[in-house]
Amino acid sequence: MQPLEMSAVDLVAALRQGDITAVQCTTAFLDRIEATNGTINAFLTVDREGALARAADIDTRRKAGKPLGALAGLPVALKDVLCTSDMPTTCASKMLKGFRPPYDADVVARLRRADAVFVGKTNMDEFAMGGSNENSAFGPVRNPWDLSRAPGGSSGGSAACVAGDMAPVAIGSDTGGSIRQPAGLCGITGLKPTYGRVSRRGLIAFASSLDQIGPMARSAADCALIMETIAGHDPGDSTSLAVDAPRYTDLLDKPLAGVRIGRVPEHYAEGLDPEVAKGVDEAFAVLKAAGATVHDVQLPHAKYGIPTYYLIAPCEASSNLARYDGAHYGHRAEPGGRATKTGGFESPLVEMYCRSRAEGFGPEVKRRIMLGTYALSAGYYDAYYAKALRVRRLIRQDYLDAFQSVDLIGGPVSATPAFKLGEKTDDPLAMYLVDLYTVGTNLAGVGGISFPCGFTKSGLPIGFQLQAPPLAEPLLLQAADRFQRLTDWHRRRPKAAGEVKA
Amino acid sequence: MSTAAPYTTIIGLEVHVQLMTRTKLFCGCSTKFGGAPNTQVCPTCLGLPGSLPVMNRQAFDLALRAALALECTIAPFTKWDRKNYFYPDLPKGYQISQFDLPFSSDGTLEVVDPKGAFEPRRVGIIRVHLEEDAGKSMHDEAAGTGDTRIDLNRAGTPLCEIVTEPDLRSPQEARAWLNELKLLLVYLGVSDCNMQEGSLRVDANVNLHIPQPDGRIAKTPIVEIKNMNSFRSVERALVYEAARQWEEWQATKAEMGKTPKQTRGWDDPAGITRAQRHKEESSDYRYFPEPDLVPVTVTAEQVQSLRGEMSEPPVSLRKTLASKWTISAYDADVLVNQGRELVDYFEDLATRVGEGKVASNWMQQDVLRILNDTNSTVAAFPIRPAGLADLIGRVMKGDFDTSRGREIFTEMVTSGRPVDEVVASMGISAVSDDDVIALCRELLAANPKIVADVKSGKEQAAAGLIGQAKKKNPNVNPGKVRATCIDLIRAME
Repeated sequence: MQPLEMSAVDLVAALRQGDITAVQCTTAFLDRIEATNGTINAFLTVDREGALARAADIDTRRKAGKPLGALAGLPVALKDVLCTSDMPTTCASKMLKGFRPPYDADVVARLRRADAVFVGKTNMDEFAMGGSNENSAFGPVRNPWDLSRAPGGSSGGSAACVAGDMAPVAIGSDTGGSIRQPAGLCGITGLKPTYGRVSRRGLIAFASSLDQIGPMARSAADCALIMETIAGHDPGDSTSLAVDAPRYTDLLDKPLAGVRIGRVPEHYAEGLDPEVAKGVDEAFAVLKAAGATVHDVQLPHAKYGIPTYYLIAPCEASSNLARYDGAHYGHRAEPGGRATKTGGFESPLVEMYCRSRAEGFGPEVKRRIMLGTYALSAGYYDAYYAKALRVRRLIRQDYLDAFQSVDLIGGPVSATPAFKLGEKTDDPLAMYLVDLYTVGTNLAGVGGISFPCGFTKSGLPIGFQLQAPPLAEPLLLQAADRFQRLTDWHRRRPKAAGEVKA
Repeated sequence: MSTAAPYTTIIGLEVHVQLMTRTKLFCGCSTKFGGAPNTQVCPTCLGLPGSLPVMNRQAFDLALRAALALECTIAPFTKWDRKNYFYPDLPKGYQISQFDLPFSSDGTLEVVDPKGAFEPRRVGIIRVHLEEDAGKSMHDEAAGTGDTRIDLNRAGTPLCEIVTEPDLRSPQEARAWLNELKLLLVYLGVSDCNMQEGSLRVDANVNLHIPQPDGRIAKTPIVEIKNMNSFRSVERALVYEAARQWEEWQATKAEMGKTPKQTRGWDDPAGITRAQRHKEESSDYRYFPEPDLVPVTVTAEQVQSLRGEMSEPPVSLRKTLASKWTISAYDADVLVNQGRELVDYFEDLATRVGEGKVASNWMQQDVLRILNDTNSTVAAFPIRPAGLADLIGRVMKGDFDTSRGREIFTEMVTSGRPVDEVVASMGISAVSDDDVIALCRELLAANPKIVADVKSGKEQAAAGLIGQAKKKNPNVNPGKVRATCIDLIRAME
């Protein structure tokens, strides 16, 4: 039994049947993390001791015939944006270095109750702001398919750890594509659920109206398994939908006959890499062969997605990140005595605020705070924020209109395969464009899934994205699962990470 | 301000009231006052990363009640906004408040002075909105370090902000209006309005309108006064500020609009307002809709059912009491101004006594005197309405005279015992009619001069008998002795 190669669904079954113990399973992944994390840098915290203690406890309870949760013994990696009471939670920021929340995020609590084993916290772009994982204060993550390339972001550590066999599943968060884009660039499957499907309580906020937590795994079936645990109403999150979550795994194995999939011609505009375009075309062909029909649909306001997103998200972020001021927790600058007429600060308090934030935040976070602060300021609010909200409503309406005639919308996740580390770091605008195909889903509040649909000649994964109407996660998972029953792209493992091990 | 003043004082108020909820506006922490610092907190009110607010519907309903009593229009759809600013007692870096769509607006509250010190004044309410309170900064001056300590127990307490139109015309009116507002909110159970504990805070905006020889009205710059910690301070600060503005006007002729609105702090011991340090730039709070909360809808049915649950507000209760118990408007005002519990006590008493006026007199002259002397409330008053009605009934019957009744009353308050026991312990016994007649005969026999005087038409001479009667039997009712003696003398004729 080689747990590193097994799907989460199979692992849970093997653990249940006693073919493998939780300690054996957890040890295998921890050893793999130990061997490869020095290179990949997917984890910011690895909790070997805690994970093994928890695994041993699960084995004991299983032996004693006590009831166990649905994921008993399954190793899970958590993006470091989720509050954990037993591990630091840093958002990959110097601002929260060593910060230990006094509580678990709702998602974390649900996974704990399901007896999942947390192996550690994964690297990410600082405060989830970025599309390459290069904005981490604790170093970039390397893409297991090519160590010179970025894994995407912001959930780069979560994507790389699944791609590199360091965990069978990871939890990510997606504000403008942060689950789907790295999943696409790392050749794994990632689901961004409908806004409100998974509780945001304990998810450190980037942009509250866009943030959504979702599973990242090797297959749609594994994502469905995790969704059964993490989805559902949480009265502690006012934006959580008061709708029961279905049994996602029971809804997988259905044919695609009669399912109408929309194709957006504008997706093929200038900038789309030809190899990606080819992979996407082939994916449509597979879905057609499975019984789906493909129809062109229009999303007329999609072209405003990036500017709209880059107003709304920074505006909310500028307010959400105001709490990191050094007064209560997190990084606080040492007193500098510059609160003088010539020192530039009007009081010691203002000096502490300014210097704590100057030292604690990285450049991309500062850039977005400034953008958002500016756009919300008196005299600019109507021209920027208020207008962005109006365009956002139009974008959502585009989606709802399109879903009158199709059941799903398909297309690329990113315009290119994984890019080189450092390739876009000097050009923030080029970096913002990596979210081109993904931000619409978040602005519309609907769900989307990303999964591998081929590889480039140089061996980099190509991702395919499906988007669905509100709460149609079962259809997203069903279509992706059907695709994965007909293809084996998702079974390919990177060589790079394997070489690291040796 | 006398009516002869050469200007009109224009006053508007901004009142913050803490709502009487058990828990905070967006989390389940206790709102109890006086806890050890930072013991009534959780991730949400501490503003910890990842924490989220959930609206406390009870707070919203209480605020609705206040708005309904202030005759406001209730918005069918209202939302929350973030007011962004940095301050150490504001742990999230923003306050959850309401900006462009407050839950209520366009109300009114009238204040009437029963003695007619000023004309009845209807004060318009611009808006009432709900927001969360901040924590408290305590500047540790005792330690001499200049450190500031933060207590977040208060952070997240529900706060109702009530903003009036500039409709008040004198400091006295402002104080009376605040008393009326406080009375209303306490009647409705919306707030305890305890200024010492900070559950009610007032800022006042004031300026002068000065008629000019050419018929134009000159307006002095508006000043916002802060730091007033009692209604008396509000009145004093406004009196001071009006006079200060008048002097300034005479010296500078500066008018509104030419200088920015000034904030001045009230220095209570010194009895003056002082200009507060000017901020370099005006604050920009960057309000935007709070994305962590959903908008709130209020249906006509919800408003209707809340109206049904509301107790009668003071303004109409005064009229109800006056007509139901045939007491004066002044008496009704005094009773109602003491609060709902005292009114309930009075109505219970009046029902048992059967005479509103008599019950009202006892309430005002005796019960209120004790409550004021002991700084206590009617809830803690040792004599319940039944016991007091018993005493009043016997005084009305003539068993005791009023002053004897008062003595008994005082002893009942002190001992907490009923009338009979107190009467027995004081050695008082009701004097029977036969005893009174016997005593009077004895007195008449011993005082032929008085008898003669009365016979000659000087009835007031009978008063001379009363002192003697009291000496012989301290329990006799003087009025009864007088009447009996006169009757007996008449019978001699």
